[in-house]
Amino acid sequence: MNANSKNKNFVESRLDPDAAVVDEICPAGEPWVKIVREGQVFRIVDLEGNQAVDTLFYNASHAVERYSATDTVRRQKKLYLTTGSKLYSNYGNVMLTIIADTCGRHDTLGGACAAESNTVRYALEKFPMHSCRDNFLHALAHEPECQQLGIGKRDIPSNINFFMNVPVTEEGGLEFVDGVSAPGKYVEMKAEMDVVVLISNCPQLNNPCNAYNPTPIRLLVWDDPNDMSFS
Amino acid sequence: MNQPDAPLWEQHIPGGCHWSGILRRGTTLRMTDVNGGANASVLFFNQEEKLERYNMADTLKSQHTFRLTKGHACHSDMGRIFCCITADSVGWHDTVCGLSDAELIRRKYGTARYQEHRNQMFRNGLDGMLIELGKWGLGMRDVVSNINFFSKVTANSAGELTFHSGNSKAGDHVDLSFEMDTLVVLSAAPHPLDPSTTYQPGAVNLTAFATPSSVIAECAHISENQRARQNTECLYACHGGAA
Repeated sequence: MNANSKNKNFVESRLDPDAAVVDEICPAGEPWVKIVREGQVFRIVDLEGNQAVDTLFYNASHAVERYSATDTVRRQKKLYLTTGSKLYSNYGNVMLTIIADTCGRHDTLGGACAAESNTVRYALEKFPMHSCRDNFLHALAHEPECQQLGIGKRDIPSNINFFMNVPVTEEGGLEFVDGVSAPGKYVEMKAEMDVVVLISNCPQLNNPCNAYNPTPIRLLVWDDPNDMSFS
Repeated sequence: MNQPDAPLWEQHIPGGCHWSGILRRGTTLRMTDVNGGANASVLFFNQEEKLERYNMADTLKSQHTFRLTKGHACHSDMGRIFCCITADSVGWHDTVCGLSDAELIRRKYGTARYQEHRNQMFRNGLDGMLIELGKWGLGMRDVVSNINFFSKVTANSAGELTFHSGNSKAGDHVDLSFEMDTLVVLSAAPHPLDPSTTYQPGAVNLTAFATPSSVIAECAHISENQRARQNTECLYACHGGAA
């Protein structure tokens, strides 16, 4: 990826963190769950850089409707997410729209790490290592917002990996590489419906998606900001 | 190339139609594009435990590939292999673009209801999948990223996608050699990015036959597949070791 395409997508937010109604830190390797209401703005900050943030969205009142990687990709004919990208549900509705992004691109293909896939990708002995799917399942078992939805493993589809770089070549190659995010980079999205956000702050230690060093992230939510023009 | 000397069964899927069935481990499913330009949207589930299903991300990242072809395995979300692609005259199969749905088909091709068109009615990929999934107690929650056999979609450096018409010719086929007892769910409705302006989905022929021993190692050149195969063998080890 060249610097020009990065700059084109680079859009800063005008929102003031002091005005946020939610301002929390999710430690490295942990899950995070929150309801974001229609009209609210949600920001994820990569505090220390190169941190993959595995993220799922569910319709807060009808959890069978959830973020769909295939709808998001095929409706926009684009693999990567950045400013202007819409995050579509499996019912073809826009769940959120990305309105600011200082990273430049985010992954829709890499999925979440799991104990089982770690045995395949790295070594059979990696099974006990902490993983994103463990985080998702822990959250589904404990977080009231998830319990209300009545969802389980069956409801974990392909996720977004914010700040993660998974370039695909014209010839059909695909790799996990380092290098698009940095300390303080953030992505910000406006909710187009009430959504439950389910995050695993990725604990993967076996590949460069977290620069081999998982770090904390900051999560902020703003109520309907008056000035939403970013033109 | 695999020779289906003695087909166990054959099934013709007219363009746009849908099908589901069980493929046992040790058997191979040959899908043939009858007239060229077919699209076969497919999902896999473990027949014993349908929470285990095809996983696009694990399949792609375990094999460092965006396209699927001969030598690639179709991975489950539980670190196992449903099937290996042991023959492929096409060369590129898509697994990121998902399914056409009713609204897309209506917008692109118009409406053709059963009342006027009988079985020539326009069908879409998502509804075909939901009908087949429903036969096995599954539904919308089980519609995950699928494979679109016979369809080629490439991405440029910005991630913009291009659908390649004519990727699959009449008579082209792909062989899936199963390593797990697998529920296969299939829709032959148009690929969502197919730019064709007329509704003319291609027919797909299915043939099942015993997997020849000569093709069993086809995916083993990828070390990730060797480990996934070990995981798969563990699942069936307690069955007394019968392959």
